[in-house]
Amino acid sequence: MKTSIGYTKEQMAQHVADELQEDWVVNVGIGLPLTILPYVPVDKDIIFHSENGIIGMGPELADPAQGDNDLLSAGKRPVSLIPGASFVNHADSFVVVRGGRLDATILGAYQVAENGDLANWKLPGKRLGSMGGAMDIAVGAKRVLIMMTHVTSDGRPKIVKTLSYPATARNCVTKIFTDRAIISVTQRGLVLERLAPGSSVEDVQAMTEPALIISEKLKSS
Amino acid sequence: MKNKRVANPAEAVSGVFDGATVLIGGFGLGGLPEALLDALCDRKVRGLTIVNNNSGHGETGIGRLIGEGCVAKVICSFPTSKAAYVFKEWFEAGKIEVEVVPQGTLAERIRCGGAGLGGFLTRTGLGTEIAENKKVVAVNGREYLLEQPLRGDFALVEADLVDPRGNLTYRMAARNFNPVMATAADQVLVQANREVGLGDIDPAVVITPGLFVDRYCIVDSVAKTPARAG
Repeated sequence: MKTSIGYTKEQMAQHVADELQEDWVVNVGIGLPLTILPYVPVDKDIIFHSENGIIGMGPELADPAQGDNDLLSAGKRPVSLIPGASFVNHADSFVVVRGGRLDATILGAYQVAENGDLANWKLPGKRLGSMGGAMDIAVGAKRVLIMMTHVTSDGRPKIVKTLSYPATARNCVTKIFTDRAIISVTQRGLVLERLAPGSSVEDVQAMTEPALIISEKLKSS
Repeated sequence: MKNKRVANPAEAVSGVFDGATVLIGGFGLGGLPEALLDALCDRKVRGLTIVNNNSGHGETGIGRLIGEGCVAKVICSFPTSKAAYVFKEWFEAGKIEVEVVPQGTLAERIRCGGAGLGGFLTRTGLGTEIAENKKVVAVNGREYLLEQPLRGDFALVEADLVDPRGNLTYRMAARNFNPVMATAADQVLVQANREVGLGDIDPAVVITPGLFVDRYCIVDSVAKTPARAG
């Protein structure tokens, strides 16, 4: 059996999918967050919202050649609809977002700060970045769930005391799912909820800038 | 009844002038009025400010418009998609300006432009570089950013059905920015997949009432929609 440290992408996707509750309205960001979709059971009846005005977006098509440009996800991939889906225009799509109708969003991130500040749209020093709908969604969703690697490709913490990357929104992140841990953002600070296989509290603290509070119910699996 | 039907996309866009601000419906390729964009390229207009969610897909549509030197400025929410390489090249060469706007703010600015409102207050962008040089207003103890309305001299819209009054429906998620933009320009120019007779569209399913529409032409783009995503 392969023994590796940390969660696989599949395990991360499963943990995020488990977080979603029946009947929630959820917006899933492009990139890593999209990998959760196959792990959400159909009987939970989650309503997926897409920025371009789809309420009740279904799975991506297995064969994109069967797709239709008039039915694309926010990541511009051909998708299906669930029974009882509806379309709205772009202004109304963001009425859903800013009006507090999203129970949760799953977004990727470059950095998350101790106080829940999020950076995910632009690299420092670059003239150009794209936020798409992320600034509106981070401000509007009831729960902002972040899915990202715990550290950068060169090993630096992505969970930091204060952002050094351009901010997307302030004080917005609810929970962080990484390949090494699951961490909640609370008024008291960052609470370590779950450790990935082969990780110790010390390991995870060493790769996290702010001090972690260890949950009384800390899980290790 | 005023005749809004024109023979082709070229006639639909014949009034677009150099330096105009042009709202362009669509999200990626969904609901993008490509025939009108091609006709605009053929007119060789210059100095346009274009408003769309994206900054072009390959060398077609907005990519072609930029590549042929028609565009001075792009207002969009997502300029850095891989497919927008023409925009990227022009931007890096310093030949085109960009204003990057959060997607919901972009839609609402256009809605305000169409609704005759002087702007709106949003929490989107607070505490970010988007807030630079913008007024922060407190309402009931909460802070908001003041955002300005956005209008076009022209709006280019892709619809599904059109009737002789210019009443429009949209096909699935091709709706996106199209109905919002159709309210917010001096001249609203439409390419529709199919024309139907007066009274053939159930009034309850009309999304854009004809009073917003100035000219329409028929270009069936449903036939070419599949399999071009990615």
